[in-house]
Amino acid sequence: MASAEGQQHPLGIYYKIWILLFVLSAFSYAVDYFDVQGGMRWTLVIIFMFLKAGFIVAIFMHAVWERMALVLTILGPPVVLLLLIGFMAVEGQYTEETRFVYRGHDRDAVALGPSDIHGDEHGAEEAH
Amino acid sequence: MSEATANEVVAHDGVTGLVDDWSADKQAYHVPWGKAMMWIFLVSDTFIFSCFLVGYLNVRVTTTEPWPPQSEIFALSFGGDPIPLILIAIMTFVLITSSGTMALAVNFGYRKDKMKTFWLICATAAFGATFVGMQAFEWTKLIVDEGVRPWGNPFGAPQFGSVFFMVTGFHGLHVSAGVIYLLWVAFRVKRGYYDEKGFEIVEIAGLYWHFVDLVWVFIFAFFYLL
Repeated sequence: MASAEGQQHPLGIYYKIWILLFVLSAFSYAVDYFDVQGGMRWTLVIIFMFLKAGFIVAIFMHAVWERMALVLTILGPPVVLLLLIGFMAVEGQYTEETRFVYRGHDRDAVALGPSDIHGDEHGAEEAH
Repeated sequence: MSEATANEVVAHDGVTGLVDDWSADKQAYHVPWGKAMMWIFLVSDTFIFSCFLVGYLNVRVTTTEPWPPQSEIFALSFGGDPIPLILIAIMTFVLITSSGTMALAVNFGYRKDKMKTFWLICATAAFGATFVGMQAFEWTKLIVDEGVRPWGNPFGAPQFGSVFFMVTGFHGLHVSAGVIYLLWVAFRVKRGYYDEKGFEIVEIAGLYWHFVDLVWVFIFAFFYLL
């Protein structure tokens, strides 16, 4: 029990989690570096994100060693956010669709990157 | 449990403990009050950042203009070809490093090793300041070189700028406040202010710092990677 003397744990666990967080961050960066796209990108990024968040809250913030009364106070309320996220995603898709259908917005518009804009000094004339 | 005081009549764990704690006459949380209050503050802060991120989700879904390519915009070149998202990756590693030093500081605090605690908190604050410095560099690059503004940018959806400045700005504000808070705690530890009171304050400051790192995990994933 940790309550009397505060949260005192062996140092080893902190080093292990620390290294794990580095590895997980490197993995999520690798997802971008190797240009993984589509569903795989979402899956990997979100898995690594939740693993990192979980280890930070559980070990670094000591949530696994706290009593359930405190843990539920911390983790319970944010669960309602899932509902908000769900509602906003559905509502957002509806709004976007109405903009395509009734406002005539272009479905196939493509974003520009810095290279498209700064590359102009040389290539703008031939492009237009 | 021979020398148990009123606060320490804590026998059960798990669900039985939960019922015991919530049906207790005097207090529900068997932690120092400062820690309970820090947790409650962090839960409320979670809702603030969640509102920002859900707002981001909503504008990103609703806008019919294409979202700017973050990977390319946040690329940085060290002489050769630009490396995608490299600055953000370094910032992530700096923040995780600072989280590790903070976790060690909490541990040495409870061991009453004041000098190690002091220097580890100072290292944490230094990494935090480095993070804010890199963020300032990133903002400057985006505003001056790329022409990104809260109301528009040359790449695509204008909401990109408003979300970027609001979310990373609010997070940077948290990091800056954290650096000041940590230094304040560090010098009080060194002066021996907590010798009598106990070193829970280091853990409480640590909770705040880990939370700042936690928020960055979500910003890194949702804003920069997805």
